[in-house]
Amino acid sequence: MENDKNILEVRNLQVNFKTYAGDVKAIRNVSFDLRKGETLAIVGESGSGKSVTTRTIMGLNARNADITSGSILYKDQDLLKKSDKEMEQFRGQDIAEIFQDPMTSLDPTMKIGKQIAEPLMVHKGMKKEKALAQALEMMKLVGITDAENRINDYPHQFSGGMRQRIVIAIALINYPEILIADEPTTALDVTIQAQILNLMKELQDKISTSIIFITHDLGVVAGMADRVAVMYAGKIVEYGTVDEIFYNPKHPYTWGLLSSMPTLDSSGDELPSIPGTPPDLLDPPTGDAFAARNAYALKIDTEQEPPFFKVSDTHYAATWLLHPDAPKVTPPAQIVARQKKYAEMQQALVAKQRPSVPVEEEEEQQ
Amino acid sequence: MADTVKLPEDSFKRINADDRAALDSEKIAAPSLTFAQDAWRRLRKNKGAWVSLIVLAIVFIMAFGSLVVSPHNPNAVNPSYANLPSKIPGIGINGFNGTLVQAGQRIDAYKQAGASSKFYIMGTDYLGRDLFSRVLYGTRISLIIALVATLFDLTIGVTYGMFSGWKGGRIDTIMQRIIEIILSIPNLVVIVLLILILKPGMTSIIIAIALTSWTNMARLVRAQTMEIKEQEYILAARTLGERPLKIAFKHLLPNLSSVIIINTMFTIPNAIFFEATLSYIGIGISSPQASLGTLLNDGQKNFQFLPYQMWWPALILSIIMLAFNLLGDGLRDAFDPRTKE
Amino acid sequence: MAKYLAKRIFYLILTLFIVITLTFFLMKLLPGTPLTNQAKLSKSQIALIYEQYGLNKPVWQQYLLYLAGAVRGNFGTSFQFSDQPVSYLLSSRIGPSLQIGLQAMILGVIVGIIVGAFGAMRQNSWVDTTATVVSILGISIPSFVLAVLLQYYLGLKLGWFPIAEWGGFIYTVLPTLALGATPLAESARFVRTEMVDVLSSDYIELAKAKGLSRTGVIYHHALRNSLIPLITIVGPLAVNIMTGSMVVENIFSIPGIGEQFVKSVLTNDYPTIMGLTIIYSFMLCVVLLFTDILYGIVDPRIRITGKAN
Ligand SMILES: Nc1ncnc2c1ncn2[C@@H]1O[C@H](COP(=O)(O)OP(=O)(O)OP(=O)(O)O)[C@@H](O)[C@H]1O
Ligand SMILES: [Mg+2]
Repeated sequence: MENDKNILEVRNLQVNFKTYAGDVKAIRNVSFDLRKGETLAIVGESGSGKSVTTRTIMGLNARNADITSGSILYKDQDLLKKSDKEMEQFRGQDIAEIFQDPMTSLDPTMKIGKQIAEPLMVHKGMKKEKALAQALEMMKLVGITDAENRINDYPHQFSGGMRQRIVIAIALINYPEILIADEPTTALDVTIQAQILNLMKELQDKISTSIIFITHDLGVVAGMADRVAVMYAGKIVEYGTVDEIFYNPKHPYTWGLLSSMPTLDSSGDELPSIPGTPPDLLDPPTGDAFAARNAYALKIDTEQEPPFFKVSDTHYAATWLLHPDAPKVTPPAQIVARQKKYAEMQQALVAKQRPSVPVEEEEEQQ
Repeated sequence: MADTVKLPEDSFKRINADDRAALDSEKIAAPSLTFAQDAWRRLRKNKGAWVSLIVLAIVFIMAFGSLVVSPHNPNAVNPSYANLPSKIPGIGINGFNGTLVQAGQRIDAYKQAGASSKFYIMGTDYLGRDLFSRVLYGTRISLIIALVATLFDLTIGVTYGMFSGWKGGRIDTIMQRIIEIILSIPNLVVIVLLILILKPGMTSIIIAIALTSWTNMARLVRAQTMEIKEQEYILAARTLGERPLKIAFKHLLPNLSSVIIINTMFTIPNAIFFEATLSYIGIGISSPQASLGTLLNDGQKNFQFLPYQMWWPALILSIIMLAFNLLGDGLRDAFDPRTKE
Repeated sequence: MAKYLAKRIFYLILTLFIVITLTFFLMKLLPGTPLTNQAKLSKSQIALIYEQYGLNKPVWQQYLLYLAGAVRGNFGTSFQFSDQPVSYLLSSRIGPSLQIGLQAMILGVIVGIIVGAFGAMRQNSWVDTTATVVSILGISIPSFVLAVLLQYYLGLKLGWFPIAEWGGFIYTVLPTLALGATPLAESARFVRTEMVDVLSSDYIELAKAKGLSRTGVIYHHALRNSLIPLITIVGPLAVNIMTGSMVVENIFSIPGIGEQFVKSVLTNDYPTIMGLTIIYSFMLCVVLLFTDILYGIVDPRIRITGKAN
């Protein structure tokens, strides 16, 4: 591992899907780290490759998937080099996953107690009674009321929110090092969403797990994540801390995402959404995949792929706009406002801890 | 980092909206397929379905073509040529060369019958009738019965199912109960009863089969109708006051077509099977008319000594059933987006 | 559950009542009397026989009498064997039919499950191809063709099994194979489709994410979920076996009700045909009721709400 603070290091991952029309290049050279105990949010539109990334980590990709390059290091072991059989050891033990739709992700014909206890019996070789006792504890922990009486119920007897709690209980019962949550609240209604998110945060503290939190909704990221990676057309285009992404975004795609996100002080009028559609991954465009939808596109965007430009030690963005020769552009008003707020925050921070480094200039730098 | 790379002067020129639009359209759009095209593509990839389609085409052409050109008259009795085995010119394999084993010795049956110059590719039956012609004739009758019965069955089933699903509520419940009652008597028993009442013969077989096998179609169509009728365009048509009959033909039927086509492909072999069973039992088509069932029945009597007399009709019957089943499977896979690969 | 059961049993009775009524009046439409098969008789003899069969009463009285009799299992006297009550004929013949029918069902369903499940687990492999070929052949080859082939090749040529006789278990092997082929093929197809569907469902993905092995996923989650719906086709399979048995019993000379049915049809033995029709419907209704209840027991989603569909 490059850095022992990291629990997971994904490097240069490329995944193609073989289809009748050709290879769908779903993941195109993705790299990221997951630090111990942190929550990393991966944000992007539908089809940007978020789920494929998580499935690749879990070793559960569709049969037509072809991992053409890359490595996924977990505790100094490359998960991509593991056989199917070996991967079973990691799944549900070291790495667990919560799926999007709680209505369909539980076995309709198995009692939920047993479903929660299963990972214990599989990985710890526990006897059923003992595993069930532990499952009961877990049910209480995830907030299922009257757990004693409900342990023998079937999934259809629970509401969507309760089912998602059960799914979370299944994922966490072995205290995994890494929890992958693939849009865990998308299928739930808003009030329940908040409850589930709170529960996840709460449990993360209790059992100290790292979370990869997948969503296409930046709104839920703010309260959840420590760091954010923005994904577009199979690539990560910008990553940084939550504050950096929210208040000092550099990539025009991130600007678009943020502008289309409802905020408390947004006027409640129509939100501008990013015009156009993502590119066809069967034949991704040369240069920056976002160029065709990018109001700030440069000529070079159509010719050459932008490398990552460093914004700060923790913040990188892949856009030619950060090149020293690039023209200065003014982001949308909303983004400018955010950046101003960010500058103020930084100043306040500096004011508080006097003897620290000078204020970082967050204009076009380097 | 990358910013050390020297880039051409004009690299950082902004590009305007038109150029970007061009960027978008320059790319060849993914081959986006309509539902029908997609289904067609998948059907074409299905070798089994293709071969079946070709086989069925050949069977149809031969069975109905034999009305015009037939190697022999299927009903021409010729006792001196009775029970000749199959002889296909140019094939020397035992079983297809006109020889058979009699009293432990392989003899040329054609020579014995004084018919050395002739050949019957499937042999002859106990009355010396050309089996190949009879099989063609029998296939034709079986196909006619199956197709006509299926046509009726389709009409009844689709109408019943659409009506039941469209009306919903009490009428639907009663109509479904009726189907349940029909389904609680074995099909063949009902068919036999109906044939007894209507007097054995082709028409009564068709009626009997049609009257008993529409229930499956009705159920499938009903389920689909219930789903479709909640859809917006139908609701719109209803609120606009379009006549139910028009809605049924213009909006419902096209959306039911895949269900109907697929199920028809399974109804036809079923009808063929029932006809064959009836004729085999002896209350179906009777002599001198022939169907695959009667031919099987005739052949089975002598199976021990002259197995080819049953093998040929059995083979043809099985091939037809197989082809329809494979085609039905292929169509179902083609129409079902879930099987997308 | 009790309420549901009561309702189902009520429907069963209603169905049987309708079946009895329909067959009775259908039969009344038929030409021919018990005398059709007999030589010329004097007027008094005819009157006597009419009396014996109750044919001299008005139709509605005959109907009520028949109904009353049928409830008690009395279906009148056979035309063909004039001294035998239909009920005796049936009860002495139902044993062999039940035996080969049940054997065929059990064999077909069990082997079908194995074939179908293996096909689904190894999708698009040679195992799958073989399974598909087996099931499509089983569906395409009529049972009576198979019966003749089995009888000739396994029975006559190889001499492994007796043919056209009825005795112990060994006599049931060939008819069971002939009758079991279609249920085998149908259940293999059904299980394969169900299982392919189940295997691509979210809860199977979750089971894999738990770290269950391939076999664990199949054994603990996929099998049960794909086998439960199989119960719904047991009724249709039973119909298939009943239909097949009429011809297969004939071919193997099995003294069962299928053979009797064909015989009665060919000799216009209406009371026996009626009795058999009712018996067939009764058996089918019982199978349907049984599978319905079973479905309710094994599928938790139905068990709780207490209703099917
Ligand atoms: N088995 C597959 N075969 C072919 N293409 C696939 C397959 N699985 C995923 N893809 C393609 O890979 C791309 C990324 O899909 P992915 O499911 O990761 O998107 P996502 O970011 O999770 O979107 P969403 O927000 O809708 O869940 C999509 O273009 C999708 O069509
Ligand atoms: Mg996804």
